[in-house]
Amino acid sequence: MSTASVQRTSGAGQDQAPRPGSGAPDTAALEAVFDAAVAADERIEPRDWMPDAYRRTLVRQMAQHAHSEIIGMQPEANWITRAPSLRRKAILMAKVQDEAGHGLYLYSAAETLGTGRDELLDKLHSGRQKYSSIFNYPTLTWADVGAIGWLVDGAAITNQVPLCRCSYGPYARAMIRICKEESFHQRQGYELLLALSRGTEAQHAMAQDAVNRWWWPSLMMFGPPDDESAHSAQSMAWKIKRHSNDELRQRFVDICVPQAESLGLTLPDPELTWNEERGHYDFGPIDWAEFRQVLAGQGPCNDQRITQRRRAHEEGSWVREAAAAHARKHSGVRTEGEAAA
Amino acid sequence: MTATAETAPVLALGDDALVLSHRLGEWAGHAPVLEEEVALANIALDLLGQARVLLSLVGDEDELAYLREERAFRNCQLVEQPNGDFAHTIARQLYFSTYQHLLYARLAAAGDGSGPLAALAAKAVKEVAYHQDHARQWTLRLGDGTDESHRRMQRGCESLWRFTGELFQPLGGAQGPAEDVRPGSRPGGVGDGGLGDGGLVVDWAALEADWLSSVTAVLEEATLSVPDGPRRGAWSAGAGRQGVHTEAFGRMLAEMQHLHRSHPGASW
Repeated sequence: MSTASVQRTSGAGQDQAPRPGSGAPDTAALEAVFDAAVAADERIEPRDWMPDAYRRTLVRQMAQHAHSEIIGMQPEANWITRAPSLRRKAILMAKVQDEAGHGLYLYSAAETLGTGRDELLDKLHSGRQKYSSIFNYPTLTWADVGAIGWLVDGAAITNQVPLCRCSYGPYARAMIRICKEESFHQRQGYELLLALSRGTEAQHAMAQDAVNRWWWPSLMMFGPPDDESAHSAQSMAWKIKRHSNDELRQRFVDICVPQAESLGLTLPDPELTWNEERGHYDFGPIDWAEFRQVLAGQGPCNDQRITQRRRAHEEGSWVREAAAAHARKHSGVRTEGEAAA
Repeated sequence: MTATAETAPVLALGDDALVLSHRLGEWAGHAPVLEEEVALANIALDLLGQARVLLSLVGDEDELAYLREERAFRNCQLVEQPNGDFAHTIARQLYFSTYQHLLYARLAAAGDGSGPLAALAAKAVKEVAYHQDHARQWTLRLGDGTDESHRRMQRGCESLWRFTGELFQPLGGAQGPAEDVRPGSRPGGVGDGGLGDGGLVVDWAALEADWLSSVTAVLEEATLSVPDGPRRGAWSAGAGRQGVHTEAFGRMLAEMQHLHRSHPGASW
């Protein structure tokens, strides 16, 4: 641990409120230490002092990320029972399992900031916290599993690799592991589409159709354009975020165009052309009205996804209660309610 | 595709693993707690891995999984039973993983005597030990948890009980359980565990006794009563091994095979 973080930690625990009368100067001093640590690219750790807004931003972002992992299981799990070969079935099950695992790491990372999984799930179920809008699109054919791997996981990696250097330690460390697995997911998606593209005419058409439907929503995954992004500037200053939405989107487009060519598939954008001057691909306008509509709950599967999540949670409540009751019985610890009874 | 006397037991074990893996895969996105999304998928993946090894010993894994009709499957009826609630799934896991663990332990102990199954059994017995522990832990939590979980767990155990007798019918012969295969029928031995000319050389009566005592111990510790109904019946016991299944199985296969069959000859 560096000297700066020792200073930040000692006597500056989150639960130690500043003394009355001396609060303002103390906070200013702590903030200066915090700012210096962020500026020096040091990691902020759970016991370090941090501004409330930094904590809130991180909890919101990690929760949204965790929610996206567990809601994101649904569109792919939709194909587990219909996977067309045993090899593909094994890969898909492993992938969906990884997503549950990512959800676990991320809820744990959020817990280091004092917000438990139950509270976050409650916010998801009641619509007070969001998940990535991309999962409100349906998986209509087997090729959608490939398109999700190639494009959706590809976009997620582009977004997430910089998070491995995020200023908050537990989040950065969780992201290192997650990115390794996501990179496998992305490759399996590409490989799945390649097999379809080089397969029968019907398989090729299935792959092209999936790419046509998933391309634009994938570009929307990077969020609104920079000049309309509500949280970006502060997150960049805190080094939670390292690159702007538009920068990451451009990077993704530049990666995908040659990959689509190797796949033998076309991207559904007639304006997609190499711009020698910029050294990037130009691409057509994104339909932000659609993005806002899906975000507002009017996407094809918003209701379906959240209803399934709530149902799984509600139908599982007796199981969780049983586990808790069993643990209490066998640990000798009784709840207040039981003690009173 | 007809199984020979030698491959019939391998096919039966492969179908068990394939079908149970599929059922567990149906839980994805529906589990009661995130940890169980991971655990159930893990068990499903282990079983699918076993199924692929076993089916490949018999023929092409995808042809066997996707192109056979319902009547050609040799899995026991227990594994094809729909998931029901979480307690029902756990009861199925307890019954089946206990059986699988005892069987694979014997086959692994027989070493080369298990022929092509030896390597698979040695690996699978370790995986299945974990599956059995998972089922046991949940049986204890649910049986000895709340009134509701106790009631549900008891109901799950009761309703699947009648499918457990089938597990101990000797596996052998191309047409299902061969009457001429008896425990220790190999020349010169009463070997327990191994692949004989006509099927698995396993002391099935001893296996059943071990199964019953293991399951009884778990149920009693979980404050559940051991079901007292028959474990074999005119219809339920022994039928799956001969290709007679329950209604839900055809529907499961329809879903599993639909895409593969819609594109004849395609590779994926």
